[in-house]
Amino acid sequence: MKVLQELGGMFVFFLQGVALVFSFPLQLRKFLEQIYFIGVKSVFVILLVGLFAGMVLGLQGYYTLVKFGSEGVLGGVVALSIIRELGPVLTAIMVIGRAGSAMAAEIGIMRITEQIDALYTMAINPVRYLFSPRIVAALVCFPLLTALFDVIGIIGGYLTGVVLLGINSGIYMSRLENLVGLTDVMGGFYKSIAFGIVVVTICCYQGFYVHTRKEGFGAKGVSLATTSAVVMSSVLVLITDYVLTSFLL
Amino acid sequence: MTMNTPLIQFQNVSKRFGDKVVLDNVDLSIYPGEVTSLVGMSGSGKSVTLKLIIGLLKPDKGDILFNGKPVREMNSRERKEMKLLVNFMFQNNALFDSMNVFDNIALPLSEKGRVSREEIKTRVADKVELLDLQDTMEKYPSQISGGMQKRVALARALVNDPQVVLFDEPTTGLDPTRKNSVLSMITHNQKDFGFTAVLVSHDVPDVFYISNRVAIIEEGKIIYQGAPEELEQSEHELVHEFINSQSSLENEVMGLENPRGLDTTYRYAANNGELGNRFVAVLYTVQNFSRIQEIVGILMAHNIIATLSRILNNHISGESIILGRCSDDRILCILSESDMDRAKNMVSNISEDLQSQDFLRQSKYIKKCMDFSITAGIVEGSPDHSLYDLIEKAGNQEKELVRLRCGDQQE
Repeated sequence: MKVLQELGGMFVFFLQGVALVFSFPLQLRKFLEQIYFIGVKSVFVILLVGLFAGMVLGLQGYYTLVKFGSEGVLGGVVALSIIRELGPVLTAIMVIGRAGSAMAAEIGIMRITEQIDALYTMAINPVRYLFSPRIVAALVCFPLLTALFDVIGIIGGYLTGVVLLGINSGIYMSRLENLVGLTDVMGGFYKSIAFGIVVVTICCYQGFYVHTRKEGFGAKGVSLATTSAVVMSSVLVLITDYVLTSFLL
Repeated sequence: MTMNTPLIQFQNVSKRFGDKVVLDNVDLSIYPGEVTSLVGMSGSGKSVTLKLIIGLLKPDKGDILFNGKPVREMNSRERKEMKLLVNFMFQNNALFDSMNVFDNIALPLSEKGRVSREEIKTRVADKVELLDLQDTMEKYPSQISGGMQKRVALARALVNDPQVVLFDEPTTGLDPTRKNSVLSMITHNQKDFGFTAVLVSHDVPDVFYISNRVAIIEEGKIIYQGAPEELEQSEHELVHEFINSQSSLENEVMGLENPRGLDTTYRYAANNGELGNRFVAVLYTVQNFSRIQEIVGILMAHNIIATLSRILNNHISGESIILGRCSDDRILCILSESDMDRAKNMVSNISEDLQSQDFLRQSKYIKKCMDFSITAGIVEGSPDHSLYDLIEKAGNQEKELVRLRCGDQQE
């Protein structure tokens, strides 16, 4: 019952945030700040994780496929795994760790230090001020970061498959081109958009309502909210992934 | 709207959190252009009252009227307009720690989108100059002192020229100098800008000096509201406790009854036969007391009264007595089941003890000295005497016990 209540609260919070995106004056500066915070500052970690995820996939894939004499399809296997699954999911998990936890903590501290109440007293809608720019930025950043992850992951697979293990470069690329379709790419993007919504909504919601937590107040409450934000959004990303995959396949 | 029409009015407002009733059928009127102070013990419902005004909380029962219109009947546009007229200065300032001072002050204007950047700069600069914050514009709240943070919070509360400013314990945690400067800053700005101020404070009696009206809240009820000068006429015990809270502490530390407490205790003891048919009252007076406070200092004056009180307590231990302060410079001691000879003997012993006290040595006063004496008047009394009669009669019988002569050193 409590879980349903919490999910309902998050849904209402999300709807409020989205509706308030279109209210004037538009918060362009804050939107750009969030693009920088969620997107630009995550680029390095996404590049790093994407590269090594692709390299590991290339390595594992090669030694599995070589048993069947099918190592030529490595490019397609790596690309499909990354574009359909690993790209959106790992990007979301990385952003949760880097930006989501920070969002929950920042908004939570604003709540316990009465900064959110102060916004209210200044007739500034706190949901509009704190959540709306973040959700729009997430909708922009998550697909772009996923695209970056996909590209660098494929390059990682190429490095192990072609450069390290000696698969023919032309075969790697042609198999990749044959096996990966636009629907796969779009499916990955749909997922990343959904994950962006899930991650930012949960993280902001947990911080925003930190004062309603029964199990801890003040700094402890913020720490619990941050933990909940990370755990909950990670789990919900995987659940959403399963649901979306079953519809997209 | 006339000055006699309240700008904000509470009508039978109640608020509870769980089982705890925080406000109970409160009626409160706040008039335009005035400073109204809400005074009360911690947890009595003062901050909740402010939060109800600004709309951070909603009443469980009753109505809050703004300009004569119940807030709950207002549509969202009217509420938003009302909110734009009311600003709130939080107890802990609630400054945005990730923004610099300029952005903090400008926030109420920049978020509205109706004010140009140039006008924002001008209006912020006006407030910054007025509150002497010029050097802090690029700094973050954590980089400036507590007093400056208060001024930034005040600048933010005033930047959009509100009609009403609510101050939630603006002087909490400040040293006495900063406390005075914050209170004077509020009162000067209130006069300059003419806003209506509602102030929650524990700084009694200082807050009375800057208020046009005072409301005292106790356990969720308003036990007094009116002009500060009318406070003293109130019969409510707690009101007096607030007014005299500073001397109350002094008396409590010295083991003496307050003037009102002394009267109550005497009446109770007299009516219930605890004093017997005849008793003896001794009135001790520190002559020239107010001059000692003025010239030598408050702490020396306190030292004299405290020493006298300690000696009295030593000599009357085990006796059935009432001991209290009937004014700043006078201590009354009522000895039940005693006679004049015993009382005179006791006074003589007390006089001997007083002779050896430091405050009677001229060398104790390094720079400023003031002649004074301690006198005692002894009278016999009966339960049909009022306390006032006893004090008057004893005052007429006063004889000198000890004296300090400063000679050339006197100011």
